[in-house]
Amino acid sequence: MGTFDFLLQGLLVAAQPMNLLYALIGVTLGTAVGVLPGIGPALTVALLLPVTYKLDPGGSLIMFAGIYYGGMYGGSTTSILLNTPGESSSIVTALEGNKMARAGRGGPALATAAIGSFVAGLIATLALAFIAPYIVKLALVFGPREYFALMVLAFVTVSSAFGDSTLRGLTSLFVGLTLACIGIDQLTGQTRLSFGVPDLLDGIEVTTLAVAMFAIGETLFIAAQGDRGPDKVEAVRGSVWMSAMDWARSWKPWLRGTFIGFPIGAMPAGGAEIGTFLSYAAEKRLTKHPEEFGNGAIEGVAGPEAANNASAAGTLVPLLTLGLPTTATAAIMLAGFQQYGLQPGPLLFATNPQLVWGLIASLLIANFMLLVLNLPLIGLWVRLLTIPKPWLYAGILLFATLGTIGANPSVFELGMLLAFGLLGYVMRVFGYPIAPVVVGLILGPLAEQQLRRALSISQGDITVLFTSPIAAVLLVIAALALIVPLILRARGRGEVLAQLAASED
Amino acid sequence: MNKGNNPSAETRRPDRAALIIAVVLAAIAGLIFWDVSRLSGLAGYSQVGPTTVPYAIAFCLVGLAIWTAAEALRGDFGHEREKQEFGPVVWIVGGLAAQMLLLNTLGFSIATGILFAMTACGFGKRRLWFTIPIGIAFSYLVWLIFAKLLQLSLPAGPLERLFF
Repeated sequence: MGTFDFLLQGLLVAAQPMNLLYALIGVTLGTAVGVLPGIGPALTVALLLPVTYKLDPGGSLIMFAGIYYGGMYGGSTTSILLNTPGESSSIVTALEGNKMARAGRGGPALATAAIGSFVAGLIATLALAFIAPYIVKLALVFGPREYFALMVLAFVTVSSAFGDSTLRGLTSLFVGLTLACIGIDQLTGQTRLSFGVPDLLDGIEVTTLAVAMFAIGETLFIAAQGDRGPDKVEAVRGSVWMSAMDWARSWKPWLRGTFIGFPIGAMPAGGAEIGTFLSYAAEKRLTKHPEEFGNGAIEGVAGPEAANNASAAGTLVPLLTLGLPTTATAAIMLAGFQQYGLQPGPLLFATNPQLVWGLIASLLIANFMLLVLNLPLIGLWVRLLTIPKPWLYAGILLFATLGTIGANPSVFELGMLLAFGLLGYVMRVFGYPIAPVVVGLILGPLAEQQLRRALSISQGDITVLFTSPIAAVLLVIAALALIVPLILRARGRGEVLAQLAASED
Repeated sequence: MNKGNNPSAETRRPDRAALIIAVVLAAIAGLIFWDVSRLSGLAGYSQVGPTTVPYAIAFCLVGLAIWTAAEALRGDFGHEREKQEFGPVVWIVGGLAAQMLLLNTLGFSIATGILFAMTACGFGKRRLWFTIPIGIAFSYLVWLIFAKLLQLSLPAGPLERLFF
C-alpha cells in the first residue's frame, strides 16, 4: 500500500466520532494551557499527560497530537499579546508581533500567526506522512552501532551545539545520563545507583523529571525574582481579520517559513528556535518594507510562526521513524508512547500501522480544528492571559503535582518531584539549560542498549563503532557539532549561538 | 558568555559557587564509582557489562568537574546571576513539602489546597485564611473531574469521603 492509502486509512481512524472528540479536547486543552504565560509546549504536554492516562493508546495519542499542536498555537498568542521572553521558540514572534499588538494591529498579527501555523502545519504534516516511509526503510538497515551514532549526534546537538556554553550544556546532559542509570539494568537485571530504595528500581519517570524541572523549577525561579510589576497584556483592538494587503504580505513568508522550519525540525538538530531565527532573518532581507522591521512588520510574524510549527511537525519525523526525540517536547511525547509499552521506530510502522497513521491523520485534523477554534475564541484566550500571577502559579503547581500523584501517589515520588524542582531552580539560576537533562534521561538507556549490543556483537572491539560508513559519518558530524561551537565561542563569536539557545524545547 | 564582564580584579576572583558545582559533579562521579564497583561487572560475551556506561559517565563527570573548576578559578564561569529572593522560594518549597506529607492522611483536596495557598503566598497573596479555602475548593473541583470523571487514582481524605 502506498502512503496515500495509509493516510486515508489513518483519516478513517481519526474521523471516528470518539477520536474526533479526543482531538477536540486535546486542542482546546493544549491551547488553553499553552496560552498561559511561562508555559511552553514541553510543559504543556507534560502537564496534560495525566489526562490521557486512562484512555486507550489510540485515543490517548490522538489527544496528545492535539495537545502538541494546541500548545504551539497557544504559545504564539502569549508572545504577541504579552511579550513574554523565555519561551525560546516564540521569542522571534514576540519581536514583531508584540510591536504590532501595541500599534493596535494585534488582530491581524494573531490571524497571520494562526493561518501561518495552519499552512505550515498542513504542509509539514503531509511532508511527514510522505517522508516517514522512506526513513523507515532507511532505518531498517540501521544496526545498533548506527543507532548509537545517531543518538550521540542527538546528544551533542541538544546539549552543546547551541546555547551560550558548551560546558553547561554537557553538564546538563550528563546529569540526565546519570539519572538514566538509576534502576534495574535492562540487559542483566542488576540494580544500579538505587541504593536499596525499592522506589528507585523502576528508574526515574521522565514525566516526573520534566514536570519538576519545567513547572516547579520555573515557578521557583519566577517567585525568586520578586515582584517586578504586572506584565502588560495588549488588548486586541479592531478587527481580527487580515486585510488584502496583509494577505499579500503574509503568504510568501508562510511558505518560506515552512520550507525553512521543516527540514531543521526533521534533522536531529534540536529546537524549533533555529528555524524561527533563520526565517526572521530571511524575511528581513527579502521584505519590501524594511523600515517596518522592528516596529511591527507582519512578515516578521508570519514567517517565524510558520517555521515554528513546521519544525514542530518536523521533530515528529525522527521521533516516529527512529524513536529519537530531539527536543524536550518530543522526549515527553516519547514517554507518552512508552506508558503503553509502545516504542516508536520502524517496527511500530510495521506492527501497528493504524496507530501511527491514525496519529499522523489526527495531526491534520487537529490543525483544522485549531484554525476554526483559535480566531473566534481569541477573547477567551486573552482573558486567560490576565490571570494574576499568584493564582496562575498556584494553579500550575496544583496541576504539576496532580500528574505525579495520579501516576504514583507516594510520598517518595512527590519528594523526587520537589528535589528535581529545586535542581531545576538551581540550574536556572546558574544558566544551565534544562532540555538536555530530559533528553539525556529518556535517550540514555536507549543509547546504552544500542552501544552494548554493538559491542557484544563485536566482542568488545570498540573500533566497530567507526567502521560502518553511516555510523562514522554521523559521529564525525557529532564531533564537528561539538568542536565548531567551542572554537566559535573561544573566538568571541558566541553571541550568535547564544541567541539560538534552546531554553525550553 | 561574559556579558558585561570587565576584567577587573573583582571578576578575576575565583567563583565560589562554580567551585561548589565542580565539587558536586565530582561527588556524583564518586558516587557512581562507588556504587558500580560492587556490581559483578563483566557479564556477557565481551568486556561490556552493566558497569561500562556508568563508568564512562563518571569519567566524563570528573572531566566536567575539572573544566568547571578551571573556569571558576580563572573567573570566567560567567553568567550574570540575578539577585534571588529566598522568601518566596521557602514558601513554595514549604507548600510542596506540606502537600507531600499531608496527602495520604488528609486527602488530595486539603493537602493540595494548602500547596495552592502557600504558592499564592509566595507570589504575594498573604491572606492565608482567604486563600486556603479557595485552594481547597478548587482542588476539590479538580479532584472531582480527575478522580471521578477521568478515573485517576487520587488519594481521598475526610473531605472526599464526606460526599462519596
